Amino acid sequence: MNDSLSYLYDTPGPKARRRVLAGSAVSAVVIAAVIAGGLWQFAQHGQLNSQSWTPFSQWPIWDYMLNAYATGTLAAAGLTVAMSAPLGLLLVLLRLSPLTPIRKITAGYIEVARTIPVLLLVYVMMFALPHYGINPGTIWKLAIPLTVAHSALFAEIIRAGIVSLPRGQEEAGLAVGLPRRQVFTAILLPQALRAVSPSLVTQLVSLLKDTSLGYVLGFFELLQAGNVLSSYNHLLIQDYLVIALIYLVPNGLLSFLASWLKRRGDRRGIPAASASRAG
Amino acid sequence: MNALTPGGVLDAVGTTLLVFVLAGVGSIILGTLVTVARVSPIPLLRAAAFAFVQFFLNVPLLALLIIAVFALPDAGVIGPLLPTAIITLAVYEAAYVAEAVRSGVNTIAVGQLEAARALGLTQAQTLSLVVIPQALRAVVQPIANVMIALVMNTALLAAVGIVEITAATNVLNQQLAQPIPIYTGSGLVYMIIALAVGLAAGWVERKVAIKR
Repeated sequence: MNDSLSYLYDTPGPKARRRVLAGSAVSAVVIAAVIAGGLWQFAQHGQLNSQSWTPFSQWPIWDYMLNAYATGTLAAAGLTVAMSAPLGLLLVLLRLSPLTPIRKITAGYIEVARTIPVLLLVYVMMFALPHYGINPGTIWKLAIPLTVAHSALFAEIIRAGIVSLPRGQEEAGLAVGLPRRQVFTAILLPQALRAVSPSLVTQLVSLLKDTSLGYVLGFFELLQAGNVLSSYNHLLIQDYLVIALIYLVPNGLLSFLASWLKRRGDRRGIPAASASRAG
Repeated sequence: MNALTPGGVLDAVGTTLLVFVLAGVGSIILGTLVTVARVSPIPLLRAAAFAFVQFFLNVPLLALLIIAVFALPDAGVIGPLLPTAIITLAVYEAAYVAEAVRSGVNTIAVGQLEAARALGLTQAQTLSLVVIPQALRAVVQPIANVMIALVMNTALLAAVGIVEITAATNVLNQQLAQPIPIYTGSGLVYMIIALAVGLAAGWVERKVAIKR
């Protein structure tokens, strides 16, 4: 977490230690004041009453939300990954094609696919395509727009990994007589995937977050479950805070995995390559 | 939904641009401050900045917008719709800016810091005169990527009832029932804004580059 700090500052002497201590005290007071102010505000409006929180001590409400997470959020994310992985690889192949027109068209497509808001594509699925008689199930209305965006993003990440490899890898593969296809699948791709594994995991986190667009579609995933639940129990704050927590825990673990992979790659001297676009 | 006049379409584009500029500037300032806290010598500030970044990197923006717009009024925290949404967007993207700036801090050569110490700069001076200026220069492209993501994320404001480009597109489509040109058109507007951000970033990068 603080890999930069080891050399950012001198080893603190007695005076610096006193300053750090004073700074710690001041920031502790400020942070405590902010938290206390927030709690006071919540308490003033009865948001800390025990009856607002007791429903969350019961299993059914958790069961409902975790069920929405599993059958909605994870299902949509899984479907998107299943479609994006092959499509993303295809885009990488086309993007690195020796034929200039194919390369340029693919580069243009990827640029378009990653600069159009996913929500706009979701609305296309909701309002535009039914006009032409195309009306797939709700999960597809979410997974197809997500696939359009995330396959392009996956492709860019993997391409960055391949481009970061030393040229000698490809040349050596060709020199020992491997066919191009095998140079790609046996030499370039495995190394590239290893180099970009942190970015791929980060991208997965952003995909899991993007499934919350199901809320707009009325697709039953975690955020939509909050919508249903809060119109039933009127505990908007509590419902949505718990939902934020359910998003936070698995995504936070994945983020730790990503930074662990990155540190491991750094230790082993694998050059980190990334082209992820934060979202 | 109300009928949309040609002026309304322009208003919607204006809203998207306004949200983008305000949230963009806000997130760059806040993100830089969070990075300063993240690399400060005070452990508590480091931990708070780390928690801030992790929270906003791992919770969906739409969930945050819904909390800010629909849930927080229940706790008496209520403001006008557009500023609320802009602040939420700015705080969310600030976490991504902070990640980008921190990666820039990591690129600063040890010699720079040793030189700063040898000159007798204080820690605050080292940060504000040596570390942050160089870190920001190194991360123009990553910040531009965050800004392009921000352009796309402004579309989510449609889901909480703000008439920006995406919401206006839906209204227009209802009126005219011409989905292909209408949705393609607004896709193009987003691409043009993203392209402009990319070009501006290239210009800024050349402008602030340190000539060695």
